[in-house]
Amino acid sequence: MPGTDRDQALSELKFRDPVRARALVEALGRRTAELGRAPVSVMHVCGSHEQAIAKFGLRSTFPRGLNVIMGPGCPVCITDTPEVDEGVVLARQGVHIATYGDMVRVPGTSLSLADAQAEGAKIHVIYSAGQAVELARSTSDQVVFFATGFETTAVATAAVVLGGLPPNLSILSAHKYIPPVMEIVAEMPETKVEGFLAAGHAATITGSAVFEPFVARHGLPVVIAGFEPLDILAGLVKLVELIRDRTPQVVNMFPRCVTREGNLRAQEQLWKVFRSTGGRWRGIAHVPNGNLRLRDEFASIDARRRFTIDLASLWDCAPPALAQSCICGNIMAGLSSPTDCKLFGQECTPEKPVGACMVSSEGACKIWHQYGGHPDLGGDA
Amino acid sequence: MIRRGFVDDKIGLKYGAGGRAMRALIERVCLAGIGPAPVDGIGLAAMDDGAALRIGDRWLVITTDSHVVHPIVFPGGDIGRLAVSGTVNDLAVMGATEPLALTCAIIMEEGFARTDLERIYASIHEACHEAGATIVTGDTKVMGRGEIDGLVLNTAGVALCDRVVPDSGLKPGDLLILTGTVGDHGMAIMAARHKLALEGDLRSDVAPINGLVRAALEAGGLDVVAMKDPTRGGVSSALHEMAEKSGVGIIVEEMKVPVRNQVRAACDLLGIDPLVVANEGKALIGVRASAAEDVLAAIRRHPLGSDAAIVGRCIEQHVGAVILDTGLGRRMLAEPEGELLPRIC
Ligand code: SF4
Ligand code: SF4
Repeated sequence: MPGTDRDQALSELKFRDPVRARALVEALGRRTAELGRAPVSVMHVCGSHEQAIAKFGLRSTFPRGLNVIMGPGCPVCITDTPEVDEGVVLARQGVHIATYGDMVRVPGTSLSLADAQAEGAKIHVIYSAGQAVELARSTSDQVVFFATGFETTAVATAAVVLGGLPPNLSILSAHKYIPPVMEIVAEMPETKVEGFLAAGHAATITGSAVFEPFVARHGLPVVIAGFEPLDILAGLVKLVELIRDRTPQVVNMFPRCVTREGNLRAQEQLWKVFRSTGGRWRGIAHVPNGNLRLRDEFASIDARRRFTIDLASLWDCAPPALAQSCICGNIMAGLSSPTDCKLFGQECTPEKPVGACMVSSEGACKIWHQYGGHPDLGGDA
Repeated sequence: MIRRGFVDDKIGLKYGAGGRAMRALIERVCLAGIGPAPVDGIGLAAMDDGAALRIGDRWLVITTDSHVVHPIVFPGGDIGRLAVSGTVNDLAVMGATEPLALTCAIIMEEGFARTDLERIYASIHEACHEAGATIVTGDTKVMGRGEIDGLVLNTAGVALCDRVVPDSGLKPGDLLILTGTVGDHGMAIMAARHKLALEGDLRSDVAPINGLVRAALEAGGLDVVAMKDPTRGGVSSALHEMAEKSGVGIIVEEMKVPVRNQVRAACDLLGIDPLVVANEGKALIGVRASAAEDVLAAIRRHPLGSDAAIVGRCIEQHVGAVILDTGLGRRMLAEPEGELLPRIC
C-alpha cells in the first residue's frame, strides 16, 4: 500500500516517529542501567499519560529496572464517594444534574448517578461547562453542574461562573488541585517513588514553577511532559537522568506549551472563584489543599448552600459488598497494580465497574483491562 | 472455548454487539444442550461464519443473519444491500463464493412507507445482481406500531463448494491479509445515527465480496487456510476468534492497517479504535507465508481490494491473544466488550 494517506499522515506526526522513539528507548535503557541498581520507580500523575503509554504500547519498551507507576491522575477516579453521593441526593430531589461523561457511572456509597437515572432522575452528560449554562437556559427547573476534574477543567468552570450564571443554575464543585497530592504520595512511608512525571495540560495553566517548592521540600525531581509518545519517552529519559545524578529539580520538557509562570489569566480566574481546602481524594487520603471549593462571594451559586443535602437519605440502600475488596486507593497511591485486585477482570469490568478506576478511560484498571497492562510481549522471533 | 464470560440475567444491548459479551451469551445459552456437530462438518459449536454439511464429495454451506440497522438508509447503502452482502459474505468466507440461493424474510412496523420499502427492495435486487445471487423464497409480516422498530430483515443463503475454509486454520508463520480499509461501515453508521457533523464524507463499505474472495482462493488454493468476515466487533473481534480457535498468537502491525483519513479522524475524535469498528465489505484472509504475495496481488487486482495489505502474522506464543505492534511498542489489542460508545470526556 505504498504512498497511502495513512503513510503520509504518519510521517507528519513527528512526535510518533518510530526511529526517534527507538533512540529514546535505548537512551532510557542506558540511563536506567547507569543507575547501577534496580528497580527505580517513577510516578506520573495524569490519566492521559497512562492512556498514551498504554495505547502506543510504550510499557513493553520500558527497561526492566524501571517501574512507571500511575498515580492519582484521573479526575473521575479521585472524586470521593461522598461527593458522588451529594450528586445522587440532589438528583433524587428532582434537580437536573449536568456532569462530565464518566462521572455518571462512578459508584457512590450505594448508588451511582446512572442508578439514580434509572430511578427517574434527570441526569445530563455534558462535554463542557458552557453546556451546563445552555441546559439551564432551556428549562425553568433547577440545574446543578456537578463540576469535577483538576485545574484544567476548574479553569473552565471558573470562566463560566465569572461570565454570570442563569438564576436556576448552581455549582456542586468536586474540583481537585494536583500539586498537594504529590506531597501526600511523597510522604507515604511505604512509597517507592523517586521522581514524578507531571502532566503537560495542567502545567500549561499552573506553570512549571508551581513544582519548585515541592522539589525543594522532598528532594525528588519533577519533569513536565506532554502526551505524545516521544514526549513521554523523552520525559522519562530526563527523569531517570536526574535521579541518576541526584539533582532534584523541575525540568520542563514540554516548552511548546508550558512556561514557568503558566497562564496567569487562567490562574487569576481560578483563584477568584475557588479557594483550596482540605478534603479526601477517593481511596487515597485526606489531602490538605487538594479540593477546590467556591469562595464565599459565590455562595449564592453554591449548590451545597442552595439545597439541603441529606446524605443519610441514601442509607436505605445497601452499599455493594464487593466494593470493600476494591483497592483503587492503593493503586492510585502507587502501592499496587490493577492485577493485584482480586476482582480485576472478574467481578469488576468496564461493563460492571466495582471501583472508580474501572470506569474512566483514564482509570488505571480500565486501561489495563483494555490494553493488558504489563505484558511481556516479546518472544516471537 | 478458552474464555468463558460472565452473562447477566437480563440481556442488554451489548449481547448483540459482536464482541466478547455476545460470544459468552452464545456459549452459555444457545450452545447449551445442542447435539453433536454434524459428522464431518462445521456446526453451530464452531461459531464460524456459517455451517458446512457434507453432500457427496462437496460441501453445502448455510448461513443466516437478521439485520437491524439505524438509520435504515445510510451513506453508502441501506438495510437491503446490507442484508444481501452480509449473507453472501458469510458464505464467501467459508469458501463458498457461488451463492446458490438466498431467502429473505421481512418484518415491518405498521405505517412503514411503501416508497421506502420499494427502495430497499431495489437495492436488494441490485446487490444480488452484483453477487450473482437470487432470492428464491421469502416471507412478509407486519407488526403493530411500536411492536418493532421500523423494519427487520432476515436473510439466509446456501452455496456449494469443494473446500470449506474455516476460521480456525491458522498456524504459526501464517500471514494475515486484510482486503481493504477498516472502519468505514461502523463510522458511517455512527455519524449518521448520532448526527455527528464530521468532516469529510464517511461512507459504508457495504458490498458483496464473493468475487474478491474467489480471486484470492484461485490465487492461493490450499494455501488459503482461514477466512473471516470482520463485521460487528471489527477486525479485533475477528482476529481474537481466529487466534483462539486456531491456537496461535497474532501480531498486528498497526502501521500497515489501511484506514481512510476521514475514518481515522472520526475515530480519534470519538476515542474509538478503528480496529473495533464494523466493516461490511471486507475479509481477513489467513495464508501460508509462501503464497501471501500472490494472494495479495490477486486481491489488489479486484476493484474492491485495491487497498489490501498484509497486516499481521501468527506466532506460537501468546495463544489466543492478539498483540498490536504500534511501531513504537507493543500492547494487547482490546477485544470489544459491548456497544461502541463515543468517548464522552
Ligand atoms: S485533567 Fe488533564 S492533566 Fe489532569 S489527568 Fe486529565 S488530562 Fe491529565
Ligand atoms: S479492579 Fe475494580 S475493584 Fe479492583 S481496584 Fe480496580 S476498580 Fe477497584
